[in-house]
Amino acid sequence: MKATVVLVSVDSNSVLKGAREYKNLFSQLIGEYNLSEMVDVLETGSFGVYMDGVLVEVLPDGVFYLVKSTEDVKKIVEEHLLKGRRVSSLEVLPEKVRSTVVETEELVKETRIVLRNAGTIDPTNIREYIANDGYAALAKVLKEMKPAEVIEEIKKSGLRGRGGAGFPTGLKWEFTYKTNADQKYILCNADEGEPGTFKDRLIMEGDPHSVIEGMAIAAYAVGATKGYIYIRGEYYESIRNIQKAIDDAYEYGLLGDNILGTDFSFHLSIRLGAGAYICGEETALMESIEGKAGRPRLKPPYPPVSGLFGKPTVINNVETFANVAPIILNGAEWFKKYGTENSAGTKVFTLVGNVVKRGLVEVPMGTTVRELIYTFGGGVANGRKLKMVQTGGTAGTFIGPDKLDTPLDYDSFKNYGVSIGSGVILVVDDSHCAVDIGLNVFKFFEHESCGKCTPCREGTRVIIQTFEKLSKGTATKQDIEYLWQLAELMEKGSLCGLGQSVPVPLRSLLDNFKDEIYAHIDGKCPTGICKMETKKKKKVYTRY
Amino acid sequence: MPKIKSLEELMKIKEDAIKDLKLRQSGKRGKVIVAMGTCGIAAGAKETLKAIVDAINEFGVDDIAVVQSGCMGLCDVEPTVEVSLMDEEPVIYGNVTPEQARRIVEKHLKNGEIVADLVVKRGEV
Ligand SMILES: Cc1cc2nc3c(=O)[nH]c(=O)nc-3n(C[C@H](O)[C@H](O)[C@H](O)COP(=O)(O)O)c2cc1C
Repeated sequence: MKATVVLVSVDSNSVLKGAREYKNLFSQLIGEYNLSEMVDVLETGSFGVYMDGVLVEVLPDGVFYLVKSTEDVKKIVEEHLLKGRRVSSLEVLPEKVRSTVVETEELVKETRIVLRNAGTIDPTNIREYIANDGYAALAKVLKEMKPAEVIEEIKKSGLRGRGGAGFPTGLKWEFTYKTNADQKYILCNADEGEPGTFKDRLIMEGDPHSVIEGMAIAAYAVGATKGYIYIRGEYYESIRNIQKAIDDAYEYGLLGDNILGTDFSFHLSIRLGAGAYICGEETALMESIEGKAGRPRLKPPYPPVSGLFGKPTVINNVETFANVAPIILNGAEWFKKYGTENSAGTKVFTLVGNVVKRGLVEVPMGTTVRELIYTFGGGVANGRKLKMVQTGGTAGTFIGPDKLDTPLDYDSFKNYGVSIGSGVILVVDDSHCAVDIGLNVFKFFEHESCGKCTPCREGTRVIIQTFEKLSKGTATKQDIEYLWQLAELMEKGSLCGLGQSVPVPLRSLLDNFKDEIYAHIDGKCPTGICKMETKKKKKVYTRY
Repeated sequence: MPKIKSLEELMKIKEDAIKDLKLRQSGKRGKVIVAMGTCGIAAGAKETLKAIVDAINEFGVDDIAVVQSGCMGLCDVEPTVEVSLMDEEPVIYGNVTPEQARRIVEKHLKNGEIVADLVVKRGEV
């Protein structure tokens, strides 16, 4: 361990801004100045905020710099590291970077369970994870708990799936536990195809072992010996860090045969997705792993009874697994102290769109949309007015400013018509048109519909045709009424969650932005974004 | 790396890893600051710093942060090292060679005795 450490925040965003090159340049310059014995350059995961450059922290001084060029790197090495003078022109206040440091925690009450280590440990170093209680929960279940007790603890904790649907995790595990089979599987859904969601990526990049440990505990609980992490193929950093973590865990005897000297064995490897949204649906994901086209299966049977290769399978989201070890270590009661009655714990939200501080925050369940946007997100960007928010992801609800005080948890959709989904908060300012935004969302679904069932394949097409008509001012009231019927048809008739959930954004948009939609029927786009055909066509002059 | 075979072995690795990490995070009990201005470096502050880090590991002092700073303005007695413990007035040592650095770690940081013959100043700089 060296006296000074330069922590470079390396995640998929900062990599694009040159994080790797800067890191290498740091190492190179430190070598040239003969400082290698004193200064270590390490990578860490995301600090949780995005700035226009690469964030670097110099420890133990606790100084943050925003690096935008190789010149900046030189300055930091020559001034700070060599001469001990801070480079104030590049400095970023720590409050801006870690809204989570202990002092400010009270102020903005971010609560980190899932992201407990992200941005503070070196994710490629298993020892740092172990130093922060890593694998202590796995050791605890192997030494002290029977599988049924583990399941009971998870059930008591009230943990629900963080992939979107919110199914009780303990119950899911119990189904698999109770099914007899010669082989059972644990799958981690790391496909993260929901536009605007990037929490799983940052968890895997920043703390890969937390996912692996959660999976191993699940495997012990249900009697599985094999597992796969299905990672979206473009997630290069996640793949790299998870692979390194798996390799190290094998080396340390925390994966493989006879883990920690017991009879428990668990083998884990990565499978890559190829960029289809539908492959995030659990049964399509299994088809994909089996080497077939990624199309959903008819349910039932459900995966806990008959999943991968027809065997009982637990499939959970990345964030769900990352919650498991802390629950085992601190107990179900501790976990229930966070969140709301039916939704215990925290949720990682990604703030995107026209918001000042885009990035991710982890807060207790039940935090309101307003708090997320204004307290954590710093409000609407560029001083504009808030027009709408899409909560929960592309398959989530569109709401207007009147619903900002809704506390988000797994009941908020049922109670207030505001969904939590995968935790996206897409902020849209008043320069955007509701019809145009809708068109965009439904084009996504049409493109990603796998085509296996008619309601989804044809339904998404009809929705787009109607929205195109709206945007040209040629739609009628009957068209809108038909959309309401179509919503019901798709919800009831689609084979899988993709088609079934398209009505969620559709209905909320038609409902909460009725006036604007109807204005389009009258041939007016209030924001002037849609080019109406009903208006007198201007004479077109063509130059030859 | 031999595979971990028991809880005890896991805990042993944890302890070692925590020691490593503590150095990086600010120590709880205090810090030692090595002046790394040009003058300090010219006088051998880098070797001094390295000696301090080594000695801290050797004596198992795990609650002290090692920090570099700029020149403290005592250029004629470089390398200088400031030891600043939680409820004590900071002490500045001058002409700290690697051997003396080791003494400071053992005497002051580990045993809590000030190394009187090296002190050049007490109190804030
Ligand atoms: C079209 C579609 C896409 C999905 N994409 C994902 C995804 O990317 N990641 C995910 O965790 N769950 C996704 N799901 C939900 C999964 O089917 C499943 O409910 C989830 O992996 C279960 O894990 P959990 O209980 O931990 O949430 C998707 C569902 C549908 C219908």
